[in-house]
Amino acid sequence: MSGHHAAPVRTPFLTRGSAAVLAVALIGIAVYLSRMLLGLGRFTNLTDQWPWGIWIAIDVATGVALAAGGFTSAALVYIFGRERFHPLVRPALLTAALGYTFVVIGLLADLGRWYNVWHPMLPSMWQGNSVLFEVGMCVMVYLCVLYIEFVPIVVERFKGKVALRGALAGLNRPLEGILRLADATLSRFIWVFIIAGVVLSCLHQSSLGTLMLIAPAKMSPIWFTPVMPALFLMSAIAVGFPMIIFESMIASRSFGRPAEMHLLSGLARMIPFLLGVYALAKVADLTLRDAWPHVFAGGAQSTMFLIELIGGVLLPLALASMERIRRSPAGLFVTATLIVLGVALNRINVFLVAYRPPFTETTYAPAIFEILLTSGLIATLVLVYRAAVLVFPVIPAPESAPAEHLSRVNVPVRIAPAAAGVFQPTDGTES
Amino acid sequence: MTLDRRGFLKLAATGTAVAAGSLAAAEAGASTGASAHDAANAFGVLVDTTLCIGCRKCEWGCNQANDLPKRERADFDDKTVLETHRRPDVTAFTVVNRVAAPPEVRQAAFAKIQCMHCVHPACASACIVGALRKQPEGPVTYDAWKCIGCRYCMVACPFQIPAYEYSRALEPRVMKCSFCFDRIVKEGRQPSCIENCPEEALTFGRRDDLRALAHAKIAANPDRYLDHIYGESEVGGTSWMYLAGVDFARADLPPLDNQAPPVLTETIQHGVFKNFVPPVALYGLLGLVMLSHRRRDGETGEEE
Repeated sequence: MSGHHAAPVRTPFLTRGSAAVLAVALIGIAVYLSRMLLGLGRFTNLTDQWPWGIWIAIDVATGVALAAGGFTSAALVYIFGRERFHPLVRPALLTAALGYTFVVIGLLADLGRWYNVWHPMLPSMWQGNSVLFEVGMCVMVYLCVLYIEFVPIVVERFKGKVALRGALAGLNRPLEGILRLADATLSRFIWVFIIAGVVLSCLHQSSLGTLMLIAPAKMSPIWFTPVMPALFLMSAIAVGFPMIIFESMIASRSFGRPAEMHLLSGLARMIPFLLGVYALAKVADLTLRDAWPHVFAGGAQSTMFLIELIGGVLLPLALASMERIRRSPAGLFVTATLIVLGVALNRINVFLVAYRPPFTETTYAPAIFEILLTSGLIATLVLVYRAAVLVFPVIPAPESAPAEHLSRVNVPVRIAPAAAGVFQPTDGTES
Repeated sequence: MTLDRRGFLKLAATGTAVAAGSLAAAEAGASTGASAHDAANAFGVLVDTTLCIGCRKCEWGCNQANDLPKRERADFDDKTVLETHRRPDVTAFTVVNRVAAPPEVRQAAFAKIQCMHCVHPACASACIVGALRKQPEGPVTYDAWKCIGCRYCMVACPFQIPAYEYSRALEPRVMKCSFCFDRIVKEGRQPSCIENCPEEALTFGRRDDLRALAHAKIAANPDRYLDHIYGESEVGGTSWMYLAGVDFARADLPPLDNQAPPVLTETIQHGVFKNFVPPVALYGLLGLVMLSHRRRDGETGEEE
């Protein structure tokens, strides 16, 4: 048993740092709304030759990959029974839920007819041959699963404490009833959703790698391989824990706490194996396809691939294999960051750099508005995450401080025993 | 049956039509027993780039027949545009380019490009809502009402054909040649570009007949044509096929594999979802692993 409990973080929402993030977010939101009303042409450098840009490569493809901490940690703790890592599950779950939410928000910006986004749900328009259809349906269902998995955290925070005032007071009883019902049902059936989340993730993480296989003639042989779906799944699994480490260490620093090295170093021990499998598969694939000459042919594509392979896979693999590095906060952070950037670069490479249309009259570089919208979405995600961990019990309470003192003064929250046992095994240490 | 009379008459004039004619008749006869709309029997076009004179009348015909920004006929008399390489875009479903040819090739001429209407189109396989569809009669059609504007079709197209109305704030469309679907299927006419071609560079007919015609033309004029029908087998075959005297790549027809691109993606896709067995099996496997750990630990509160 971990002997931990999560608690809302007690810190002001707005600091100098988060105000700067807020500024980036507001600019992005303004660009977003303008684009939705005025069309793609004014805001992007997309052309008939380059129909997909960074909104697909970063907001969607990289967004999905970097949300992999959600299903990898759920699998590790609930399915493979590594209970000691339980405190890391909730932050990863929140990241995944927000990450996928923002994937959908980002995707909407890229859709010419964003108001038709619901069309693939109509059985009359189902198109089972389309890889994108499968990705879309899986992402949609998985997003619902992530929200359901988050419900126990909401229950834990508000059950027995719903106290709306004034005109809304009449809602208190019904809301309380809903929370109790959710608690009673979910605690029994949450495992259904946890396994479903892992299966759905395996499906669409790999299918994202099938997407570009529809365009063999346009793809660089450095990346184009029939096993791309497998490589995408392996890299998603490999990036899950590094992303949790990356994010946990940033959160700790932001909230003025020491990094949870005892947990993170333990998590990092699995990286050499998971990343090693990916590295091996990547190298073996290139070798079997005789693609190394393309890798060393020079040019932008070769350079980008070498950065991806050496800086994003082999170097962090070497670093993660050293226990000394895994135990040092700086070493661990650098290692995790390299892996995160490496997988992000892989997605950008596959969706943008590897793509060479046959009749290229222009090159694609993102327009300033594309960059502002993407950075705005990331900034907004960071702020929503910050708000969520201030409201909900997501981040493990610091070991030194008694839990009672962490609850926010204005909203008296007792750290209740877990709403759903699966999510937080009670260990009797609660106050 | 809209058999291609002009093509056959022309062929007869060369005096070598007998074999080809019988071959075409045999194939046409063989296929009448099958579905009236099977792939071999669907409509197609044979483009003979060696006959094209670059008059741009096909462009004019296309402009008139489709929902495109209307232009004057005189606009299409301007031959200076042929000096620059053009691609179809949101204002033109088809364009004619001069085929850059080495000087020793006399027959180097012009090439009209438009949607090839693949037999197994990557765009239609990619389309998330089935807005792009391969019709049994041959055309690949687009239903703007279904479209969500993801532009995956543009990524998928090996010929880089679909264009997008990026500048339209509302209801932007994917723009590409429809093979004049309504015109050929409902009105029984030929596509507008072909009706406007004065040189018989474009031949409309059943795809199998056109293949036979093309083989006969090559056999009759081995000096004039490369011994290759572009689109007969590229990307699994296209409804529009080309004859040329110079490297097809010069006519914006890139060298492509004979396998239709969707074969790979659909094989992977349907393999992963085969009767939903793999996902359900993975679910069951993970469930068993979970159960085994719970039994062993006896801690994760099933009993609560």
